[in-house]
Amino acid sequence: MNITRRVFLKNGGIAMIGLTALPTFLQRAVAGTLPPGGKKILVVLFQRGAMDGLNVVVPFGERSYYQMRPTIAIPEPRRGGGEAALDLDGFFGLHPSLAPLEPLFHKGELAIIQAAGSPDPTRSHFDAQDFMESGTPGVKSTDDGWLNRSLQELPEEKSSPFRAVAFGPYLPRTLQGPSPAVAIPDLKQFRMYGPPATTQGGFEAMYSQTVDQALHGVGQETFSAIDTLKKVNPDQYQPSNGADYPRGRFGQSLLEIAELIKADIGLEVAFLDSGGWDHHVNEGGVQGQLSNLLRDFGQGLAAFHQDLGDRMENVVFVSMSEFGRTARENGNRGTDHGHANCMFLMGGPVRGGKVYARWPGLAAGQLYENRDLAVTTDYRTVLSEILSIHLGATNLATVFPGFEQNQAKYLGFLKA
Amino acid sequence: MKIDNRKSASARSRLDAAGNGFLAGLLLLSLTIAVPHAQAGKKKKKGQDEVAQIQLSKSFKGNLPITELTEDQAILHALGRLAYGPRPGDLDRIRQMGLEKWINQQLKPESLDDSAAEARLTGLTTLKMSSAKLVTEFPPPNLAAKKEGLTKEQFQEERKEKAQAAMREMRDSGEMDPAKFQLARMQGPQRIISELSMAKVNRAIYSDRQLYEVMANFWFNHFNVFAGKGADRWMLTAYERDTIRPHAMGKFQDLLEATAKSPAMLFYLDNWQSADPLAAQRLQQQRAMRRSRYGGIFGGMSPPSPRQFPNAQGAGQGQQAKRQERGLNENYGREIMELHTLGVEGGYSQQDVIEVAKCFTGWTIREPRRDPEFHFDDRIHTPGPKYVMGKKISGGGMKDGQEVIKLLAHNPNTARLISTEIARHFVSDEPPAALVSRMTQTFLSSDGDTRAVLKVMIYSPEFWSRTSYRAKVKTPFELAVSTARALNADVTIALPIVQWVGRMGEPLYQCQPPTGYSDKAETWVNTGALLNRLNFALQLASNHMNGTAIDLPALFGAQADSDPQMALSRSLDIFLNGQVAAQTRETLEQRMSDPQILQARLDDPVKHVNEGLIAGLVLGAPEFQRR
Repeated sequence: MNITRRVFLKNGGIAMIGLTALPTFLQRAVAGTLPPGGKKILVVLFQRGAMDGLNVVVPFGERSYYQMRPTIAIPEPRRGGGEAALDLDGFFGLHPSLAPLEPLFHKGELAIIQAAGSPDPTRSHFDAQDFMESGTPGVKSTDDGWLNRSLQELPEEKSSPFRAVAFGPYLPRTLQGPSPAVAIPDLKQFRMYGPPATTQGGFEAMYSQTVDQALHGVGQETFSAIDTLKKVNPDQYQPSNGADYPRGRFGQSLLEIAELIKADIGLEVAFLDSGGWDHHVNEGGVQGQLSNLLRDFGQGLAAFHQDLGDRMENVVFVSMSEFGRTARENGNRGTDHGHANCMFLMGGPVRGGKVYARWPGLAAGQLYENRDLAVTTDYRTVLSEILSIHLGATNLATVFPGFEQNQAKYLGFLKA
Repeated sequence: MKIDNRKSASARSRLDAAGNGFLAGLLLLSLTIAVPHAQAGKKKKKGQDEVAQIQLSKSFKGNLPITELTEDQAILHALGRLAYGPRPGDLDRIRQMGLEKWINQQLKPESLDDSAAEARLTGLTTLKMSSAKLVTEFPPPNLAAKKEGLTKEQFQEERKEKAQAAMREMRDSGEMDPAKFQLARMQGPQRIISELSMAKVNRAIYSDRQLYEVMANFWFNHFNVFAGKGADRWMLTAYERDTIRPHAMGKFQDLLEATAKSPAMLFYLDNWQSADPLAAQRLQQQRAMRRSRYGGIFGGMSPPSPRQFPNAQGAGQGQQAKRQERGLNENYGREIMELHTLGVEGGYSQQDVIEVAKCFTGWTIREPRRDPEFHFDDRIHTPGPKYVMGKKISGGGMKDGQEVIKLLAHNPNTARLISTEIARHFVSDEPPAALVSRMTQTFLSSDGDTRAVLKVMIYSPEFWSRTSYRAKVKTPFELAVSTARALNADVTIALPIVQWVGRMGEPLYQCQPPTGYSDKAETWVNTGALLNRLNFALQLASNHMNGTAIDLPALFGAQADSDPQMALSRSLDIFLNGQVAAQTRETLEQRMSDPQILQARLDDPVKHVNEGLIAGLVLGAPEFQRR
């Protein structure tokens, strides 16, 4: 059903008629036009711990940046590259550890939103992550996540158990809610021990009949996911086009997402997260703690892009982190909790090669609470643009309740 | 939305039924068994939740306000909340001694002999070592290599050879257990956290001071420190042993102060590096003054040089300049209020965070990788009065931090946060407000006495209510140790179980954010985790867990070997006291005719019951996921 609706949305104005007005044969015909692998896919990365966006997408054109960060600033771009920012547009530069992303940017496959974030002033990691993931800054009582509500807005007739997947041991707040979603710590181990007829059969029956509602639903998702995955054979997977994923959980998760996308088993949204971005002490500049994490980040994204090849045409990747960090470095060569941050966008549908920013500046009067980069783009505006244009969601008022939807504010980072 | 609606609708209909006078008595038993997690909810009308009163003997329950649970249910509830689940025989033992008496013993752990559990820890030699000793014994590869004049690679090669030699020796002496080999391979710093994790698992399974272990783990999680942060891996042993455990049943303020002074916390939340930004300048002035007093740089004796600023690497003079630029770090100042005491809405501002951070400047570590001990360094402390939430802090020096600790420990918001967390852990994910409020009052009137707060909770009707019975979903750690207890497992090397706890989503000592692990069901009940929980039960019950032995024939008796239904009925009785939903029992009974259940082997034509498979199925049942 939603495929029909979204195809129509993408193909013209017929969507205005509404689904119920469509004759059944037409619905079927439209659904049939969707080629295999043509499903629109969204990949979401949460960088936990508050990434220091000012050292990731460096505003080297801003003098005060260097005054405020005497020991950790990234030097402005210089000829021959090396230990300096990689020039993007004459004002912003990428951290040198993100070198693998530079060609993607210039090829127009990668875009950056600088000075984005949540309007809520909290500097608590926990609260800020919670607000960003629930999609309702300042409201704690929201019990599901924005991505789960998006899926509720895009109902599917025959939903795949792998429609929404989080890579990691538990389901993140972003994906919690009524729409089914699975958490997968390790694709290779996603199978049941023992003689399957007895173990899987027995557990399936017990969990499908249990009156314990919390466990009942999870059981259903688990067993149908195991069955679907049997067709994929994760042990055999080899990345394509010489893609070289970094070792570790982040790289492994990206690899497994690519694997599921290529398996055509109905993946629509994938979530992954990475931790360790909270650098209060010895953050480092060109080298150091942040640099090491960025190397993983850049290499991982580039490998993912390479591995998927033409399939990137249907994929949008977006990253976020709960808040940014103080514009000034602190007394320990690190940075404390701040406000705005940068978001990365990648994929075929992305109108890349541009840093989208209403740059608020770093001068004395321009800082938020006289210490942090101000938020000029609400992260919900960024996500709304993706959800409506890429996934075809129409009712964003339920995805981001209380947030005024205004398409005029869209930054236009997606090809319409 | 769908799932939510279903959930609340069915919960409501069940409550209606229960309120239906005559039916209530009939339904009570099946309700408590089948839908233990049904939340009463706030929407419930008065009178609707009245259930038939159950009279238990005074000698059994003493003054415990138990009116809605049977004797067995009350014992199982106590064992699920105040302990890590029942072992075979526990039920009988508590039935005989009386529940109140058992609880009183648990509240006085010092009165219980714990030598059996201690005996299980004797091989874990790092548990008794100081942090300094651990650094020497298990140095980081690059440091150790330097000391021996080798490259890092050479050193690692050497260490590998040593491990292999140890393993050869084991093999020659007939050792077969792969878990022992796995442990023998661990000769580097990872050995420390492995042993610590194994101790945690062993204590939870074998200690008779169960409530004490539950509280020790509760407080560790509340004051979480992540083993993966730099030098913290060498400090966690002392942190748990000397900071958390001594105060687990004591006064909150003592615990708070102990954590504030612990090198592990100081390092984890960066406070050891936080300094008055003007300290360097002040120090230079003092030096200049001293120099002039002693007659200048070249004029005679120089004074003893002041202790250098703390430094991560213990580096030499080259970094002196860098160190002196050190300034304020807000990390600990924020988390002590947000997570350890007041709570995120506890009434403090960004300015309060800064002021608290100033109060704690100078609370530092001598040298994290050489001499990881607490040290107050007055020279980097911010002088002058500070104002924290409107109160003037003017003790000066180390007293500033201590005043803040006292202030925070006695704030009503702290009392509420701690009471809520305790009630959430022991009663239900959304604990009853009235109960939390009484616990909060007790926290305040008892000067933050953990034992007193626990007592109020245990002597509350809410604790023993039908709605809180089996209302909590077990965390992976709780699931793992309660499964081992149920099976009467003999754990010699707990490492494989430790690794399973990680795979299920709760790697021990590896929780990176200072929030600690969630105590709510939704975190632990999800697709990937459930699969691992079921696989864990199957593997452990089938006796396929390295380092652990299970003796099901001893538990089930000889007859079960040829009679699947008998083996099933023994499993249900021992692991769940027979308290399962009719559907679960029916499903399991049907499975007993599967060919895999009763099988002959090539070398033995007589058919035997696969007791491990049956036990695994029961331990993976929905009922065993809750406590």
